[in-house]
Amino acid sequence: MTLPLLWIIPALPLGAVALSLLLGDRLGRRGTAWLACGAVGASFAFAVRAALALAARPEEGRSITEVAYRWMQVGDFSANVAFLLDPLSAVMILVVTGVGFLIHVYSTGYMAHDPSFRRFFLYLNLFMFAMLTLVLADNLLLLFVGWEGVGLCSYLLIGFWYTKPSAAEAGKKAFIVNRIGDFGFLLGMLALVTWTGSLQYDALFSAAPQAFVAGGIAITVATLLLFLGATGKSAQIPLYTWLPDAMEGPTPVSALIHAATMVTAGVYMVARCHSLFQLAPISLEVVAVVGAATALFAATIGLAQNDIKRVLAYSTISQLGYMFMACGVGAFGAGIFHLMTHAFFKALLFLGAGSVIHALSDEQDLRRMGGLAKKLPWTHATMLVATIAIAGIPPFAGFFSKDEILHGAFASGHYGVWAVGLLGAILTAFYMFRLYVLAFRGGSRVSHEAEHHLHESPPSMIVPLFVLAILSLIGGWIGLPFQRGGHPFERWLEPVFGAGGAHGTMRPLSPMIEWLLIEVSVVAALLGIVFAFRAYLKDPSLATRLRERWPAVHRMLVHKYWVDEGLDALVVMPLYRASLRLWRFWDEKIVDGAVNGVGFLFEGFSVGLRLFQTGFVGTYALFLTLGAVALLLHFLRQ
Amino acid sequence: MSAPMAVPLSWMLALSGVVFVIGLIGVLVRRNALVIFMSIELMLNAANLAFVAFARQLDSLDGQVFVFFVMTVAAAEVAIGLAIIVNVFRLRETVYVDEINLLKG
Repeated sequence: MTLPLLWIIPALPLGAVALSLLLGDRLGRRGTAWLACGAVGASFAFAVRAALALAARPEEGRSITEVAYRWMQVGDFSANVAFLLDPLSAVMILVVTGVGFLIHVYSTGYMAHDPSFRRFFLYLNLFMFAMLTLVLADNLLLLFVGWEGVGLCSYLLIGFWYTKPSAAEAGKKAFIVNRIGDFGFLLGMLALVTWTGSLQYDALFSAAPQAFVAGGIAITVATLLLFLGATGKSAQIPLYTWLPDAMEGPTPVSALIHAATMVTAGVYMVARCHSLFQLAPISLEVVAVVGAATALFAATIGLAQNDIKRVLAYSTISQLGYMFMACGVGAFGAGIFHLMTHAFFKALLFLGAGSVIHALSDEQDLRRMGGLAKKLPWTHATMLVATIAIAGIPPFAGFFSKDEILHGAFASGHYGVWAVGLLGAILTAFYMFRLYVLAFRGGSRVSHEAEHHLHESPPSMIVPLFVLAILSLIGGWIGLPFQRGGHPFERWLEPVFGAGGAHGTMRPLSPMIEWLLIEVSVVAALLGIVFAFRAYLKDPSLATRLRERWPAVHRMLVHKYWVDEGLDALVVMPLYRASLRLWRFWDEKIVDGAVNGVGFLFEGFSVGLRLFQTGFVGTYALFLTLGAVALLLHFLRQ
Repeated sequence: MSAPMAVPLSWMLALSGVVFVIGLIGVLVRRNALVIFMSIELMLNAANLAFVAFARQLDSLDGQVFVFFVMTVAAAEVAIGLAIIVNVFRLRETVYVDEINLLKG
């Protein structure tokens, strides 16, 4: 059995970063593009090799740990830079490097005219390194290193066009909101170390059942703190507000970081710590409820947004809510499954939106699009595939994973969560097809200048769209029940999550009810689609009439429930005023006062001491003599 | 060597002390750098005298050896000191130490 060489997977993008820093602009644009894409492509190849090596092993041996070096050893606590390959991390590295590679290729076209071409790929590669460290880490501490690393890269890339005040502001907001979550995560880790003495997954998960009382306060608090970290990174209520603003970044960044990979880190972390969460039923309920609430809440906001990227951002928040919903009801496998299919179709949606924005000379407003289907045939075709996939129509990828989540919710007896999820599915189908219709169908509302420059994107952008479209179409088929005892994807994750995917919390449903559930969710999706076509294509006055019928509701949705304004007034401004006061009083009076006071004290001393410095050699000689005489007397007296 | 008309040790030490104090007072009260310099030489030689006196009293050569060292160091010191004084005179056109007070605080 050859070693899978895990360390090289994150090391390759890091090497590209170092090389790019060393060589600078000598690489040229072509060189930079080749280096960045090549590193991630090679990373993908190594990930495939590692996954194949893992699959070749017997099921109980599917966990490979590779210690790169000992990181720290403090008393009984030790942490290594060690990488863990198991079915879960294998799925993650394949998704991250695969989708990441496609987005890198796409970026070479999308960013072709940007003056900071090299900086963009440098950040992107650095992000790949951090994300791969995050998913491959074999302990929570190293995961946290990657966690902070992706946060940093997210900040750098949101504020990539830093001369734009809104972009700089959005980057700052993302970073600060994430800090709140990270603080919770850090506290959660400290709690785990205090009780179990380790952060290494194997040791931690095997020690937890003895160290904690199942369902006790300690484990509940610890897991809730971890979940707080997840809500920050994965944009869930209450820490979701940064993600819509993060759309200020370049579109490939939105696709890679704010849709396909980084924001799923929270889901990954919760799934990774599933055995801890299972010790705390209350925490699991919280995860499920927060996930369901976010899924519905974000979907309703998505109904009324007019910025194409913001619709997708709220859709991402909503879909992440579904993943947490799955984790909360115990269907961790379904959550990871949705994570994967979502990475395909949401990356495709963002890249497609990027292609539209590119074609329309940076127009993002849906009200100034329309009728693009003929002008951008390739973008249109791939976008349609992704839209159908996210709406949940079989046999596209989104159907399988979303249906499995709803199935898990129903089977575990969370009927309320199931109903909310179903309602969310209707809304998802509606707002996604609203986007589709507004952008691609109907008459053109494109401005004159944009119409003039309208062009289909270059092959470097279209090819990744096609690959992702194929994945969005067939990516769900590994969720087909080919074999008894769960489908291939669930079987693959079984060594991690245990048999049945749900650890006995799921009641087996009769085939009739299962079919009924599937039909209900398909009908729900179709309902949303039909309504979107009616309201925005067949009878555009319907949308207007609805808006006029309930103006308050419409205003509430357009203003995103005034959450940003509310948080500003309730949290941000009080903190701002308090820090202003602290600065004026504590900083300027106490701290500066102490520093200046010490200065004054020594100045006073020196005023006295300088009297001795007469500048006359005679005086110095006199002191010398007096000193010598004093010493002499001293010794004579003994 | 212990001739009857030998000078007693105490006389020699007294002479040494007197010469030393003359030198010391010279250093403290005179303002001309050259005179101060000569006074320092006086103090050194007073110390030498004491060394020699003890060497003779104790029948030991150590004190004599010390004197040679002191004289060597004094010669070197004179060379450097005079060079400094010459340079100071070139710069300030004075060798009066109370006019050389740039270091006054």
